[in-house]
Amino acid sequence: MNEITAILKTIRPEVDFSQSKDFIGDGLLDSFDVVTLVSSLDKHFGISIQGVDIVPENFKDLATIEALLRKNGGKL
Amino acid sequence: MNFKFRRKRISGILTVLPAREQSFVEDMRNFKFSEARSLKLKEVMGYDKHRIVEPGTCVSDLAVAGMEHLFKNGLLHPDEFDALILITQSPDYFMPPTSNVIQGRLNLKHDLLCLDINQGCAGFVIGMIQALSLLEQESINRVVIINADVLSRKTSPKDRNSYPLIGDGASITVVERDTEDSVIHANLKMDGTRSNVLMIPAGGLRQPSSLETALLEDVGDNNLRARDHLHMDGSAVFNFVQMEVPPLIENLLKHAGATMNGVDYFFCHQPNRFMLQKLADKMKVPYAKMPSNVVEHFGNSSGVTIPTAIAFNLQEPLLQKKLRVCLAGFGVGLTWCAMLLDLGPLNFNTIIEY
Repeated sequence: MNEITAILKTIRPEVDFSQSKDFIGDGLLDSFDVVTLVSSLDKHFGISIQGVDIVPENFKDLATIEALLRKNGGKL
Repeated sequence: MNFKFRRKRISGILTVLPAREQSFVEDMRNFKFSEARSLKLKEVMGYDKHRIVEPGTCVSDLAVAGMEHLFKNGLLHPDEFDALILITQSPDYFMPPTSNVIQGRLNLKHDLLCLDINQGCAGFVIGMIQALSLLEQESINRVVIINADVLSRKTSPKDRNSYPLIGDGASITVVERDTEDSVIHANLKMDGTRSNVLMIPAGGLRQPSSLETALLEDVGDNNLRARDHLHMDGSAVFNFVQMEVPPLIENLLKHAGATMNGVDYFFCHQPNRFMLQKLADKMKVPYAKMPSNVVEHFGNSSGVTIPTAIAFNLQEPLLQKKLRVCLAGFGVGLTWCAMLLDLGPLNFNTIIEY
């Protein structure tokens, strides 16, 4: 399990993220889960994801979250 | 749009908060979310306690209590102000204006301009711009601005998107001419194409309240609310603030010939701690210079959060000295505006309970 998946599991332990290609569209993450996720990612990677980047399309799946982290200086 | 005002100052700020305090942990019982999920949100957003009026309490009740406190303590004389501006989205009535209701209940003079402005989270700066403009008139020497809202009465307790952050309250700000050659700069923008992002859909004449609009509906994200209730598209509001507010403040400072470092405090409207910390990060402002502790203690009371933050964080210092502050309000409309001014020494700067 990679770091992002582990963090996602702390937010929604009951959800199997590996079965979804659209976390938002499939209802696995709502807007407040996204906020919680950003806060956890900020702490874990020692960064501050820019507010303007906190949009649904950046939290669609693991690949978009990884791209978001890289853009904001996260070292994966 | 830029504004510039000379020789005007805020002379006092009083905030009136309901004595009734409700906790997020109590609120959680009404939500259809797991306890663990809600508690995570509490930590990130800074939700903890919020002040809620007793059933039946109206904006004019909070305002009159605050004004009577000022009169009784000799901090304001009933005959020594010439305009009373009320900024609210939760008036006592459609008509008459609630500012006139307040005038009547306090038995104030007839030579008084009473004005209601329908504005919300940007309402403190909007009220200031209006008051400072009125002070350009020779007949107006002092203006009382009242920001007040009791939006808990229009928010569904079963809507986790809105209810935990809502707070009620009122603030009274006295603005007058300054003997010093002070300058106040302001910058304002509005965008009505996004007016549906924050709204109460029913209750006006477009969709009058009915038994149907009062029914709680499942709005698809585990939240229940009626069309009579406040609806907030949280993601859209968040993105609006992150996109629009940093350049607004940057432009204000540029227009004023000031720098970020030259500002002692940034008092922004406070919807939640997360949003303000992201703003501070973007603007490279230390968290200590942008207080974000109002929501956790009192809730988000629309235009009242800025004066509450000022009184809560700088009550004593501002009675003694002058500080350079930048104020920023953003919300319903959509409206976003900022103001740069020297604040203090104030005649009063405190919080009382109703």
